[in-house]
Amino acid sequence: MPELTLVQAINQALDQEMTRDERMVILGEDVGLNGGVFRVTEGLCEKHGTDRVVDTPLDESGIMGTSIGLAIAGMRPVPEIQFDGFLGPAYDQFVNHAGRMRTRTRGSITVPLTVRVPVGGGIHAPECHSDSPEAIYTHSAGIKVVMPSTPYDAKGLLLASIRDPDPVIFFEPKRVYRSFKEEVPEGDYTVEIGTAKVVAEGDDITVVTWGAPVFQCLKAMDELPEDVSVELIDLRTCWPIDVDTIAESVTKTGRCVIVHEAPLTAGLGAEISSLIQERCFLHLQAPVQRVAGFDTIMPYYKLEMEYLPEAPRIQKGIEECLAY
Amino acid sequence: MPTRTVYEAKIEHLQILDEEGNLDKKLAKGTLTDAQVVHLYEQMRICRELDEIAFKLQRSGRMGTYPQNKGQEANAVGSALAMKKGTDWLVSAYRENAALFMHGLPMHYVLVYWMGDERGSKMPEGVNITPLSVPIGTHMLHAAGIAWAAKIRKEKDKAVITYFGDGATSEGDFHGAMNFASTLQVPLVFYCQNNQWAISVPRERQMRSETVAQKALAYGMPTIRVDGNDIFAVYKATKDARARAIKGGGPTFIEGLTYRLGDHTTADDARRYRDPKEVEAWVQKDPLIRTRLYLESVGKWDDKKQKTLEARAEKITAEVVRAAEGIEPPVASDMFDSMYAELPASLVTQRNTMRTSSIGQNPEQAGLRANPTAAERV
Repeated sequence: MPELTLVQAINQALDQEMTRDERMVILGEDVGLNGGVFRVTEGLCEKHGTDRVVDTPLDESGIMGTSIGLAIAGMRPVPEIQFDGFLGPAYDQFVNHAGRMRTRTRGSITVPLTVRVPVGGGIHAPECHSDSPEAIYTHSAGIKVVMPSTPYDAKGLLLASIRDPDPVIFFEPKRVYRSFKEEVPEGDYTVEIGTAKVVAEGDDITVVTWGAPVFQCLKAMDELPEDVSVELIDLRTCWPIDVDTIAESVTKTGRCVIVHEAPLTAGLGAEISSLIQERCFLHLQAPVQRVAGFDTIMPYYKLEMEYLPEAPRIQKGIEECLAY
Repeated sequence: MPTRTVYEAKIEHLQILDEEGNLDKKLAKGTLTDAQVVHLYEQMRICRELDEIAFKLQRSGRMGTYPQNKGQEANAVGSALAMKKGTDWLVSAYRENAALFMHGLPMHYVLVYWMGDERGSKMPEGVNITPLSVPIGTHMLHAAGIAWAAKIRKEKDKAVITYFGDGATSEGDFHGAMNFASTLQVPLVFYCQNNQWAISVPRERQMRSETVAQKALAYGMPTIRVDGNDIFAVYKATKDARARAIKGGGPTFIEGLTYRLGDHTTADDARRYRDPKEVEAWVQKDPLIRTRLYLESVGKWDDKKQKTLEARAEKITAEVVRAAEGIEPPVASDMFDSMYAELPASLVTQRNTMRTSSIGQNPEQAGLRANPTAAERV
């Protein structure tokens, strides 16, 4: 089986789905001849034509708004917003229009679009290029929020997202884009949206995370004493949250640390922590811990590694939770 | 080195039927037949009746906030007739009811909607209309996307029209939609109902452009201003725009110069900010008055026909009100059922327990909250 990076796996998924479904179009800034600033769409416009892989004007709200129109008319738009920090202008179209259309027309008009967004920090990018806004979209009704961390999951989840009848925001952790390769089947497969993955089984403590911090958690686990057994869960989908997998694990371990790059307050960790106390209250042996970005703006890159939940801070969180 | 002119432009204003009902026969050639004029006059009159009834429904507490269409009906009917029903898409704001009715939206849907019920936006099969769009200016991008789909699929006889007001042209999404549509050359008609007031802000404090139509010049888009209370001019401009669109000529901008005779909505009182003399001057330019004068001048209308029409309008609107008020009340769980194609588990729980649990959580939790035993605590 060929080994692919995250970028290659996503490119392959886009290519195969464009071949399979003639309704699919890719649109965004520099996604055509340039192949996207991260080269995720490289080669697609040459293969599928400039009518289906379209360089749009530089207007995120326009990209999202016209994608909504394309979807209403029966196409399968897969827009790209170039960076997480540029989602702001598209927020209104995505949340107030894509997210609302199905229910405000009682199912008569639907918006099956998947917007791809490189997400998160750790690559020394310019300002407004390193944010983690997944909680904002998790809080918004009518959409689904996906964030894979591995090439295999990325291909399967992207195919599931494009085929999903509802709007999906698909976050691609840019720090993982080329960080490693893994085996990715060449054929067609999907990973079900809304299912978490147990990356490592353990009995003493549960760690829940998603996106790039998965690998920081693995690093932290390596530093722990050998007799500490950690169960690591990669959420993969931020919404719908796979609360069953989390609750099953925390019921077993009685302790939980949630790790995310996004700011602490009202982050997705707060919601997961609340779900855990609702589902596992009698099994908890320690307060649920959160290791997250600070409630500051995402700093420019000289301080970004101080902001991100890197392995040492995660290790501390796990140790504190275990010591409670 | 002297400067040289690199760009020059002018804006044409088209009027075919004037305020007194005089028709410019030369310009009118090939536009509307008298039978079509009768039809459009009837549509406008029926819509006006519904508008008045809707106002009364709101005032008597039977309906929520409603934006009257009064005075702007010619824009809606003239343009709607020029578009192809069942093929083209109408992407509307909320002050062009008559256009929606002419393209197949059951009239009572509009009342159901303003009575606070999303079922008024549940489009019947084959009706190519997007739901009324209350946030200003956001829907024009959807129109550009729908038109773009028609271009990608090479649907040769499909075009889209989108309606919006003068205020909407201040929004960023207006400019985005104009730019996308012209850059991509999609089959789209931008129809601006310039009623000269965005709630309380007049055109001259909304923009420095003397016309709205000139904004299209920046996007390299054919553009025209028409007398929006003149069904002939509205029809002709829209027909030409549609013809250009389906021939691959891209989008066209039409500014229909008109006037909002009523308040912004029933929650507004325009007397606070508008000069009554201005309103009175525009009452004289009412599209219904001039269209009737024209029809009378060519012997196609008289008092008897008017009386018959008014009785018909009353009957139709009474039925529409009955249909809207007769719809069975929504059930609370309706708010969940169309959220997703398949409802996620947490929403299923919230839906199923919304009446039995204060927090919409799994009822099994309740047992755990009550006095757990010592064994359960371990």
